[in-house]
Amino acid sequence: MSAAARPLSARRRSERLRLLWLCLLLVALAGALVLSVSFGTRDVGWAEIRAGVGGQLETIGQAAVAARVPRSLLAALAGASLGLSGAVMQGITRNPLADPGILGVNAGASLAVVIGIAWFGMSGTPAFLWTAIAGAGVAACFVYAVGSMGRGGATPLKLALAGAATSIAVSSLTMAVLLPRADIAGGAKAWEVGGVGGATFAGITPALPFLGLGMLIAFGSAKNLNMLALGDEAAAGLGGRVARARAIAALGAILLCGATTAICGPIGFVGLVVPHLCRVLAGVDHRWQLPFSALSGAILLLLADVLGRLLARPAELDVGIVTAFLGAPFFIWIIRQRRIREL
Amino acid sequence: MSPLSAPPLSARLAASRSAGLRHHRRLLTLLSLLLLAAAALTLCLGQSVTPPADVLRVLAGQSVPGASFTVGTLRLPRLLLAAMAGMAFGLGGASVQTLLRNPLASPDIIGITSGAATAAVFGIVVLGLGGVPVQLLAVAAGLGVAALVYLLSWRGGVAGARLILVGIGLSAMLQSATAYILLKAPAWSLQEAMRWLTGSVNGAQLAQALPLLLALLAFGALLLSRSRDLEAMRLGDDAAAALGVRLGRVRLLVTLGAVGLISTATALTGPISFVAFLAGPIAARICAPGRPVLLPAALVGALLVVLGDYAGQFLLPARYPVGVVTGVLGAPYLIYLITRVNRTGGGLA
Repeated sequence: MSAAARPLSARRRSERLRLLWLCLLLVALAGALVLSVSFGTRDVGWAEIRAGVGGQLETIGQAAVAARVPRSLLAALAGASLGLSGAVMQGITRNPLADPGILGVNAGASLAVVIGIAWFGMSGTPAFLWTAIAGAGVAACFVYAVGSMGRGGATPLKLALAGAATSIAVSSLTMAVLLPRADIAGGAKAWEVGGVGGATFAGITPALPFLGLGMLIAFGSAKNLNMLALGDEAAAGLGGRVARARAIAALGAILLCGATTAICGPIGFVGLVVPHLCRVLAGVDHRWQLPFSALSGAILLLLADVLGRLLARPAELDVGIVTAFLGAPFFIWIIRQRRIREL
Repeated sequence: MSPLSAPPLSARLAASRSAGLRHHRRLLTLLSLLLLAAAALTLCLGQSVTPPADVLRVLAGQSVPGASFTVGTLRLPRLLLAAMAGMAFGLGGASVQTLLRNPLASPDIIGITSGAATAAVFGIVVLGLGGVPVQLLAVAAGLGVAALVYLLSWRGGVAGARLILVGIGLSAMLQSATAYILLKAPAWSLQEAMRWLTGSVNGAQLAQALPLLLALLAFGALLLSRSRDLEAMRLGDDAAAALGVRLGRVRLLVTLGAVGLISTATALTGPISFVAFLAGPIAARICAPGRPVLLPAALVGALLVVLGDYAGQFLLPARYPVGVVTGVLGAPYLIYLITRVNRTGGGLA
């Protein structure tokens, strides 16, 4: 077999395999959506699902379906955004531990929203979205700047520590802003654990433009992320504009996780787990990895939400805590897999 | 001066040793005096001013109209709890940092504190416990998390970086569990939640100080008795073993003592952010090199909590729990440490 022919045929085969996986993921997403609509405190059958989606609200089952549809859509949307934003962040930082939760980006978004409510009398989802995205951006830049100071650049350990330090400081600041304002403190509970319960279409709609723009930027950055994966020197040597590529991709990731945090609260670890799984399925090419990450993120969050509803019946566990308990062991597993020099 | 007239090496070493010892004693005296001054400040000055004479009379057990309540019921329990919790956090944190030879491996970063806090919240909110059972549960959970972090980062040896990362992951999980239990608690008040999210000494009672005092006496004595072995272990495991330190036993005892202290304090005051992390490095910086750092670290920890609590109550525009103050103060130091770590070339591990 010649040296040129082998990679070509191997590439064709792997393309076919990836397409197959992509189809399987789509099927799984559909399955997860159905599961999410049918399971809960009250299980419903097919007839009721059809009627409920059609807008009928006569029986309790149909009302449950009508309440679960926006919730499932929000879970899918949030999961896709978080998975995508995690994949982009891991690509930008070339760091296996990058995740909006670990890096303190979600905490930054929360602080910004709380400051907006307490000091500027902000209300309404559109205002929250802008502030959350601004807060996420500031936190991300800060953590990245701190983590890449000193020799060795942004190593995973330094980034994780910078993120942990920033999270603690930022949540202390959040408390400091909230405490004197007993009137708004009650609503701030929701900023501790993220969830998708109680979602409505009206609540989701304002976030759609931000999520759409973020996804566009993220998918458009796939080639640039491939370039960054070669290392800064090699990428610059090939004529790539490293800093610009990184900044644009980061903007996409921040839009995605900031907007998600604004409507769901902080949900950690989805952005960490998903890209790792997708690297196994789709390989290191970001043009494949990003769509895979979006799909699997949606599936993961939907299933985590269903799990949360089933585990604590008749109450429910917020999805933020389910992902934390699924994701933290995975985080530790990643750390154990790698040689210490890579960390 | 000609080489012949210089004193012999042994004499010079002895002179430098005794100078170090003098410096160390002066430092300990200075820190104790500062702590006494801080205590006097918090007892005399609050929302109202109590003359020192009245404070002394209350401390002597006399009943003074007005002052008995403010000083005896409000300020004294709070001061005692703050000072002892600070000592426990400082001593425990510095011991773990020394044991793992890494300033970043402090109990509040590697998850021991969050484990104790989660267990305490679980015990109080879900199981409806109180008092000593909660503290025992917190100590057990702290030990469990310490063992778990150690086991999970074990791969034919424990590298510092892996241990810290495993700890960060575990504490993220435990913190979300704490937040969740608090969210679902029937009587959710921000003040009460604050204790478990950032640490606070609000509403301290004299009865709470007793278990902490016992823990400080028992575990603190255990740690201080191993202080010399810990100093030897700074040189590396091989050197310490050659100096006659029984590594396994010392590691076990120090972990037990440190986790016992940290968990008991956490069960009473919540995880006061960053005190365990800050006290050791601050003490090491002001100590003479080569001197045991544990006792100064305990005093620095007490100072941090007492002054932080005072600042949170009276010096800021609103009243904040001490954990918010230490959290905001401590984070810049952690960031400074991160930026410094690789420049010195030592690395983290």
